[in-house]
This record gives sequence, C-alpha cells and structure tokens, in this order.
Amino acid sequence: MAISELLKFDIATASTALRAGDFTAVELTEAYLEAVEASRDLNIFITETPERAIADAAKADQRIRSGASSKMTGMPIGMKDLFCTEGVKTTAASHILGDFIPPYESTVSAKLKAAGAVLLGKTNLDEFAMGSSNTTSAFGSAINPWKQINGNKPLTPGGSSGGSAAAVAAGAAIAATGTDTGGSIRQPAAFCGIVGIKPTYGRCSRWGVVAFASSLDQPGPFARTVRDAAIMLAVMSGHDAKDSTSATQETPDFEALIEGGVKGMRIGVPKEYRVDDMPGDIDAIWRRGIEMVTAAGAEVVDVSLPMTMSALPAYYIVAPAEASANLARYDGVRYGRRIDGDDLAGMYSATRGQGFGKEVRRRIMIGTYVLSAGYYDAYYKKAQRVRTLIAQDFDSVFRNVDALLTPTTPGAAFPIGEKEDDPIAMYLNDVFTVPASLAGLPAISVPAGVDANGLPLGLQIIGRPFDEGTILRLGQAIEDAAQFEMRPRLLVKDLK
Amino acid sequence: MSLDRDTITRIAKLARIDVEEPEVEGLVTELNNILDWVETLNAIPTDGVEPMVGVGVKRAPLREDVATDGEQAEAVLANAPDPASTYFTVPKVIE
Repeated sequence: MAISELLKFDIATASTALRAGDFTAVELTEAYLEAVEASRDLNIFITETPERAIADAAKADQRIRSGASSKMTGMPIGMKDLFCTEGVKTTAASHILGDFIPPYESTVSAKLKAAGAVLLGKTNLDEFAMGSSNTTSAFGSAINPWKQINGNKPLTPGGSSGGSAAAVAAGAAIAATGTDTGGSIRQPAAFCGIVGIKPTYGRCSRWGVVAFASSLDQPGPFARTVRDAAIMLAVMSGHDAKDSTSATQETPDFEALIEGGVKGMRIGVPKEYRVDDMPGDIDAIWRRGIEMVTAAGAEVVDVSLPMTMSALPAYYIVAPAEASANLARYDGVRYGRRIDGDDLAGMYSATRGQGFGKEVRRRIMIGTYVLSAGYYDAYYKKAQRVRTLIAQDFDSVFRNVDALLTPTTPGAAFPIGEKEDDPIAMYLNDVFTVPASLAGLPAISVPAGVDANGLPLGLQIIGRPFDEGTILRLGQAIEDAAQFEMRPRLLVKDLK
Repeated sequence: MSLDRDTITRIAKLARIDVEEPEVEGLVTELNNILDWVETLNAIPTDGVEPMVGVGVKRAPLREDVATDGEQAEAVLANAPDPASTYFTVPKVIE
C-alpha cells in the first residue's frame, strides 16, 4: 500500500486492517517514519527513535499473528518529551536536564508500550510544560501545520503539548500523548484541529511524568477522532500505587461509552464564558455547537459559574507555587546539567540560572515569592480558598446539568512570536481551560469548524468527575455534526 | 504591593537562581504586573472557606513500611554530573 494510503488510517481502522493482514505494523511504522522525516521543518520531535520504532513494530506484528493484540498494538505514536522513557533521552524541553536518560519508564508510557504501541519519538513542548505556544522550548518552537488562507507566517501549535498536537495534525503520528496542567492538551488540540482529552485528575498516573504543578498535572491523549482518543485513554488510565494521587476508580470501556447518543442530556452553557471582546468567530462556533447538540437531542440550558474570571489569577499563584517546589530538585547534583560556581550555593545558582529558560525562571520566582514568609497567607492560601469556590461552582451546576459546553480557546492559532512580550496576554489563552483544571474535572476539545482565516476552532465539553463517558458521547455528537474534514496545508502528502 | 529591585534580588537568592544585573529591571516590571493581576483575588470574600490543596484528596494512602525497591546504585548514579564511586558529589563545603 502507498505511504499516503497508509497514513489515512486512524487507530480504529488501522487496528482492524492489521488484524485482517491488509498491511503489517512494520509497513505502517515505516510510513510514519517517512512522515516524521518529511515534516522535520515543523520541529515536532526533540528526539526521533526510528530504530526503536521498527523493533516495536516487529514485536507488534508477532503479537498480532499470535492473536494477543490490543487496538493500540502496532500504532505509531508520539510521546510528549515530559514522560520518562527508559533508555531514551528525556528533556522536558529544558537545557537543565542535559543528556538525561531515564533508567525507568513512566507508568503511562509503560502501559502504552505493554499494549503494543510503537514509539516514533519524543515530541516538543514548552519548557517544563510552562507555556501556551511552545515558544519556551529550549529546542525552538514546534510549528503548526495549519496556515492562514491568506498568510504565510508560521503559527504556534499551542502549548504546552505543541509537538504532540502538531504531529497528529500533520500526519506524523497516528496519535500522541500530552499532559494538561491548565489547558496544555485542550488548547493545542483546538489550535491544530484534532481531539484532545484531559481526563479527571487522578485517572492517569503521574508517575514518571516530569512534574510541573502536581495538584493539576494530568496526562491524556491526542487523536484524530473521538473514538481513537477513547481507545488510547483506556490504555493510559488506571490506578497506580506509585502515584499517591492516582484514583482507585475502575477504568471503563471508554470506546463503548461513546455509543448511545446524547438524547435527553442536559447541557449547561456558562454565561461567564461569554467574555467581553470575544471574537465573532468564537461566538459563532459556540452557537453552532449549541445547535449541534440540540439537534442531536440534548437540552441546552443557561447556567452561571460566577467564579470563572478568578480561575486564571488563582491558577497563576497555585501553579507557580507548586512549580517552585517541584523544580527545587534541579540542583546540579544528582542528574542533569551542572554549572560550576564558587561554592555549593554558587553552583546551585549558576546551574539554575543558566539551565532554566526565562519563563521557567519567572514562574519559579513568582512561586518562591507567594510561598515566602509573610506572603504565604495573602497569596497562596487565598488562591487555594478561591480554588475551593471555583470547584463549588462546578458542583452546584452539575446538580442540574450533565455537562458544560464552551469554546476551548478565546481565539485561533496565532503567529509564533506574538504575545511574547506580555506574559498575561499569553496566560489568557487558557481562560476557558483553567477552571476545569483547578476543579480536577474531565474535559475534551473537539474540532468544530474554522475561523475567517481558515484556522481550526475547538469546542470544549466539561464533565462531572470520572464521567468521561458523557463528554466522549457529546464529543462524538459534535464530531458527527461538524464533519470536520479539513486538513492543514502542511500535511505530509507529497509522499508516494 | 510593589516589588523593588532588592526584593527581586532576594527572591532570586531564595530560589537559587542567578539573575544577571541587566535582567533585574525587566523582572521588576514583569513580576509586578503579574502580582497586580493576581491581587484581583483580594476582592473575593473567602472568610471561612477551606483552602483546596488538591483534587479528591481525603488523606494520603498508607502502605506497610517496607522497602519496595533498591540496590540500584548504578542506575541511580547513571545521570549524575560528577559521581565518585557510589557517591554524588558537591563542591567542597567544609574547610
């Protein structure tokens, strides 16, 4: 089969074709390795692992022949370079980790490996997952395969999981892993026209994921369809004794939960998400989303989440505070880079001053300040109390509705370099995604249309804790209604 | 509340991050802008509201206090910048 034909299969169809013997996992993987090479200009991968990929694929073919395969067996995926992978360099897109080669495997990547997924490489991200544009990466920004209809400027794929989203959108991976702290899966999924899920906090183990803000970080999948995302999420989920915040809930058959339709569901539309100066395209896609779920038989009701606009400032206290504690481990002693200084303290400060990039240094300093003596109650405790109020807002609306429908982002992908001189303007990218993060709720972004410049826009569905089934079903309803079949201009398509 | 140059220098020291002198001025502006913005939270009444430390956290899970892993000195030291036999090393701290 021609490479361009092989790249058209998604997980659901490829897994059937592999079992039917239409092609082999090695052939599928070779096609993706060509695509990875052809898309190098997009700076998607920090580390490519072609030899490992072929070896994984050969093993997958054996499993498929022996009948011991899962739907992920033989699926060539990208792994956000925040997941520790045994024997494969892991950078968190930071210089401070140097040539760190983990001697262990993260739980999520181990589960994917055990299911027979094929590792294509480690994808680009914002440094330590701190960013919304991928521009804080120490290895340069990944580039969005989409371009404006009348423009040639390179666009951001979003962040922090920008490389993973760009890989799936460009056709350089069948699916990919991400992590979401304040929107780092949902925002890049929206910017790249693909599906991304942030599961309920605790659903996927954080063990072996380089930590940013531990009470918020949550792994999740990127895929081309809601069904593929559900298949991959099921493999990534499950209790892990090595993560003390890992949930003990059983992992349901997420793919089966897609079925059943949305008839009779009550969907809330929070009025506070209708922000001042909301671009017309965003308002329009939101209205279309409301029409889509209504036409599918759901009832849409107006709801209020009064604390919405406090979520972002609360997040920018809580997340940097946790980051400043988590990143204290980078001291030039046990792993990573060391820069010599006059004495021990000098070595620490030189290592951290030169090893961390600008945004990471900024967030560590904010975090250090809000946790310091005299300011702890005024900032950190205050933000934690506001976080309680935000979670209570969601609790009360979920007594009356089954899910919430909002835009994923306040705009489409923007040119790389924009918003760089104004941290707060950059932080506002996550205004619609951060509230669900603070409350630990599951949320999905599904592509629903394009803006006037031809760039994809996503709709976000937020659900009750551990009710991924409802957001998947609604996601499927939007996917069915939107028929979003546009593909980016920089798709890998010129291959035989 | 406004941060001055000295406070920025003190925070950098607490965080063990070398900040070059020309960077300090930019940090004063950036950090003050961010703090002014997060201080909008002060308008929200939170008396009697419990702080939320995490999601679904009731109490930490407990297990038997037994070793579950170990005897892997080589793997533990594999990424150390300057190991000496089975030790991490730091610059000399005792004269």
